[in-house]
Amino acid sequence: MNIAAPSADIMKVTVQRYRPEQDNEPWLQHYQVPFSADTSVLEALQHIKDHLDPSLSFRWSCRMAICGSCGFMINGVPKLGCKAFLRDYSELHIAALDNFPIERDLISDISGFVENLETIKPYIIRDDPQELDTSQPINQAFIQTPAELSLYQQFSQCINCGLCYAACPQFGRNPDFLGPAALALASRYNRDSRDQGQEQRALFLNAEEGVWSCTFVGYCSEVCPKQVDPAAAINQGKAASTTDYMLNLLSLSKSGEKE
Amino acid sequence: MLSSQSKPQRQYPRSHEPIVWSLFGAGGMVVAFLLPAAVLITGFIAPLGVAELPILSYSLALEFCRSWWGSLFILVCIVLPAFHAAHRLYHGMHDLHLRGANWLMLTVFYGGASGLACATLFYLWILRH
Ligand code: SF4
Ligand code: FES
Repeated sequence: MNIAAPSADIMKVTVQRYRPEQDNEPWLQHYQVPFSADTSVLEALQHIKDHLDPSLSFRWSCRMAICGSCGFMINGVPKLGCKAFLRDYSELHIAALDNFPIERDLISDISGFVENLETIKPYIIRDDPQELDTSQPINQAFIQTPAELSLYQQFSQCINCGLCYAACPQFGRNPDFLGPAALALASRYNRDSRDQGQEQRALFLNAEEGVWSCTFVGYCSEVCPKQVDPAAAINQGKAASTTDYMLNLLSLSKSGEKE
Repeated sequence: MLSSQSKPQRQYPRSHEPIVWSLFGAGGMVVAFLLPAAVLITGFIAPLGVAELPILSYSLALEFCRSWWGSLFILVCIVLPAFHAAHRLYHGMHDLHLRGANWLMLTVFYGGASGLACATLFYLWILRH
């Protein structure tokens, strides 16, 4: 019996490579990686880079599911590399996130996702912008009760990892779709008692590229490492958009008609 | 005001999806709650003679269909599930990457459901005359 010695198990790890200056298309490279019970997929990649192949490129930073930069397709499922462990697999296949262009090896180009996040105005909007003028002394507190906080807290947990975009078949077919995280974030600000920007955001939410591209597949919520549940946010958004549509028909609301 | 944008702004026209989505949602409720009971009564209990329900005699049933409430019930039971199914199929085809020209898809699915709605209305009208 040899209980104390760390097991030197070896796993076959297949990694998608793509170096734009020399490869016409992505290809697969195989490595043999030693691992123990606590080896994460990110650590396996770091082992490859440090000991086997320094040319491998991938993104990471926090190693603790906070920064959102280590999203990969792990055996076909979008996951954070630092939150997935080799002990749960018999063989590994790591690729760049689906539905995004590949920049290099495991690095996806997520600039489209970031633009979508910017589109929905993810910040507190006040009718009177003077209230947010930071050059003026603050003379007013925007008090919020715990109950008001709880209305949006779940949707504010997003770490912008993009896993939900890799999971979303509608984003895969139409990159103009604002997508799960951006729509959840719009919901987060719309539900904030301090925010007055609902009408501005309704312009995007009411569009085909807003909540209406979603067909409630729900895979985004399944893969989200932070339990944000973007699918729920989007479907509540559909109900809100429908109300807005009907009110607009009755011309009680003017949102959506202006630029 | 907000910072000026240098890029040309995308246009986000309002989607008319709320109309069909509302019909889809209402149809889902009918399919889940109303339709099973209606199918059970008219498809099994009455024809198999499980229970003697006087309302299901021909004359009383006809009277029911001719009443406003009866007509409304029949309309709701047929039209809303039809729109529910049309919406499902329309988006399901998209998900399966089976997509023709949009006008054709709209005509086939929502047009089909609208056609069924008209046929139902026409039949109910005939019943009353
Ligand atoms: S909603 Fe979840 S899966 Fe999507 S970007 Fe945010 S944290 Fe990641
Ligand atoms: S390294 Fe930061 S989330 Fe994985």
